[in-house]
Amino acid sequence: MKISMNKINFNESLKKLEKKYKIYAPKLFPFAGRCSDTDLVRYAEVSTIEEMVFDKKSNFSPKEILLPQTETMFYFTEKEYKEPDVEEKGTLVFLKSCDLHSVKRFDEIYLKNKFSDIYYSQRRDKIKFVVVGCKTGFDSCFCVSMGTNIPEDYHMGINIREDEVELEILDEGLKANFQGQDKEFEIDKVVINKIELKVPDEINLEDVINLDLWREYDKRCVACGKCNFVCPTCTCTTTQDIFYSENENTGERRRVWASCHVDGFTDMAGGHEFRKKHGDRMRFKTMHKIGDFKKRFGYHMCTGCGRCDDACPEYISFSNCIKKLTAALGGEDE
Amino acid sequence: MNNIYMPSPYKILDIQQVTNIEWLFKVEFDRADEINYGQFIQISIPKVGEAPISVTEFNVEEGWIEFLIRKVGKVTDVLFDLKAGDTLFLRGPYGNGFPFDEKYKDKHLVIVAGGSGCGPVRSMINAVHKKFKSVKKMELILGFKDTNCIIFKDEITSWQEENNLVLTVDKMCEGDTCDLGINEGLVTQHVDKLDLSNIDDLEVVIVGPPMMMKFAAIEFEKHGVPEDKIWLSFERKMSCAVGKCGHCKIDETYVCLEGPVFNYTKGKKLLD
Ligand SMILES: Cc1cc2nc3c(=O)[nH]c(=O)nc-3n(C[C@H](O)[C@H](O)[C@H](O)COP(=O)(O)OP(=O)(O)OC[C@H]3O[C@@H](n4cnc5c(N)ncnc54)[C@H](O)[C@@H]3O)c2cc1C
Ligand code: SF4
Ligand code: SF4
Ligand code: FES
Repeated sequence: MKISMNKINFNESLKKLEKKYKIYAPKLFPFAGRCSDTDLVRYAEVSTIEEMVFDKKSNFSPKEILLPQTETMFYFTEKEYKEPDVEEKGTLVFLKSCDLHSVKRFDEIYLKNKFSDIYYSQRRDKIKFVVVGCKTGFDSCFCVSMGTNIPEDYHMGINIREDEVELEILDEGLKANFQGQDKEFEIDKVVINKIELKVPDEINLEDVINLDLWREYDKRCVACGKCNFVCPTCTCTTTQDIFYSENENTGERRRVWASCHVDGFTDMAGGHEFRKKHGDRMRFKTMHKIGDFKKRFGYHMCTGCGRCDDACPEYISFSNCIKKLTAALGGEDE
Repeated sequence: MNNIYMPSPYKILDIQQVTNIEWLFKVEFDRADEINYGQFIQISIPKVGEAPISVTEFNVEEGWIEFLIRKVGKVTDVLFDLKAGDTLFLRGPYGNGFPFDEKYKDKHLVIVAGGSGCGPVRSMINAVHKKFKSVKKMELILGFKDTNCIIFKDEITSWQEENNLVLTVDKMCEGDTCDLGINEGLVTQHVDKLDLSNIDDLEVVIVGPPMMMKFAAIEFEKHGVPEDKIWLSFERKMSCAVGKCGHCKIDETYVCLEGPVFNYTKGKKLLD
């Protein structure tokens, strides 16, 4: 079903949907950015289309909704442990094509990869995705090169225009909530980015492990992990147990986001540590994003959102790194 | 849906100190029939944390499992304060384990283990020794830092009765005594003491610290053992043990899922 409706009516529909769904979209938090006087755009609950921000890139990705930064796995009391209650409401997430593609990557790890994760799957079952058309990327985007510019597997697609919203509704459950005029249109997509690159189809670890280019990052990268935390496809976590200071007999097991750039990620007992040099961590991340994930699952992990570049305090550009790697492997880039 | 992270409580049956830093924990376990030699279990202490620990021995009929544990950090520190009768939380077994039935059965099995690397191979050695599992011949090289570090002495004595077993310490110290017949030097220096006359029949298992495994594998290659007849057990930092947390990953391989046991053809390529 393809229709168009004005924003007032669209907001009315959202209000109806709020009874059944929590609605998430990128939202502006003024002056909350990482430098003074800068704003922050991150996923949060919204009720109107005016609150949604799609003309700026969200600093964080919707992965916060799929996998919270900190998540309680069980509560422990003296004699038993208990899983947290599951949220009753569904979730409606407004996101762009690149970020929708990142969900497929999360599914690969958290639902497939041999075992299925109950916390993720319970949440995932209740989520519906609304893809928001995107015509032009931002400076650091390279979605076209990564093939994530065309949306797939969404429940609803919309184009936000000056004073109307175009809706392509594929999900039966959502259809009843929106009434408008029939209209023919296509969901907007980016066809060209400022950054274009060629990623080799297959990259072997043996061929890249000793390349000089990683050494550039030994000093430049400060191992802050920001690139991992903002990445919509970084799925790693660490389990942590805590007890409550008021009552040491009770506590909880949590998992929190982890970063392969940050110290401690590979620390073994006896002080053994893999990938001590920051450049080797850069290599590990790069290979995961454009090499080994593909070897395992058949497509690249990186969606080309460019958030890692935007977040890096050292102005390290991941797309540049890919170009350097391709060139070092005898490809044509750089 | 089953929660893969949910541990179950089990009673500690016995705790024995084995060396200054290693203790043997015997714990009730009702899933011993699912265990394969060389697999590991996530041991968890609520409010403290979890750690992967190899199954060193298990008994299906009597329903117990044993762990050889070194005190090194958060979880293991607390473990050492527990007593028989206390509760431990376990989930697993995880990982692949050694492919005994597919690869080692009726072969000439050589096992080289260093230090706490004896832990993961002990159940397999005992299974062969007690004739639960058949091989043509088993030979062992067990290496330790010094005589104080030697673990499973009673079992080593009984393994020695029927199998060629080379026991070595890195360096003999003055006053070192051991009635087991001890050699000096790294495990790699004793490969010549093995019968490598029929390489076609051979399977070699090497478990120990990364450096030891690397040089031992190279030594066997030098002796003409093809890489597909060499098996290693890897250790990596793990958090989830079920392919989610990413800590154990090397290239496209998850050590918790496809390991910890790797054939050397693959193990050789797992660079880090
Ligand atoms: C497949 C597999 C099988 C294993 N099998 C066994 C086994 O059979 N037996 C065994 O003992 N271990 C085994 N291990 C290793 C074991 O999982 C680790 O030793 C584990 O980290 C112990 O957990 P922990 O919480 O006690 O240590 P953690 O608290 O996680 O400590 C680990 C790291 O922190 C350091 N550390 C912690 N506290 C201190 C401190 N106070 N001072 C200095 N450094 C500190 C340690 O040196 C180490 O680097 C295995 C690991 C794997 C992957
Ligand atoms: S561009 Fe950077 S942040 Fe975006 S998916 Fe790729 S690696 Fe992650
Ligand atoms: S954000 Fe930049 S400095 Fe920080 S870990 Fe990533 S690459 Fe290194
Ligand atoms: S231990 Fe978490 S992925 Fe292997």
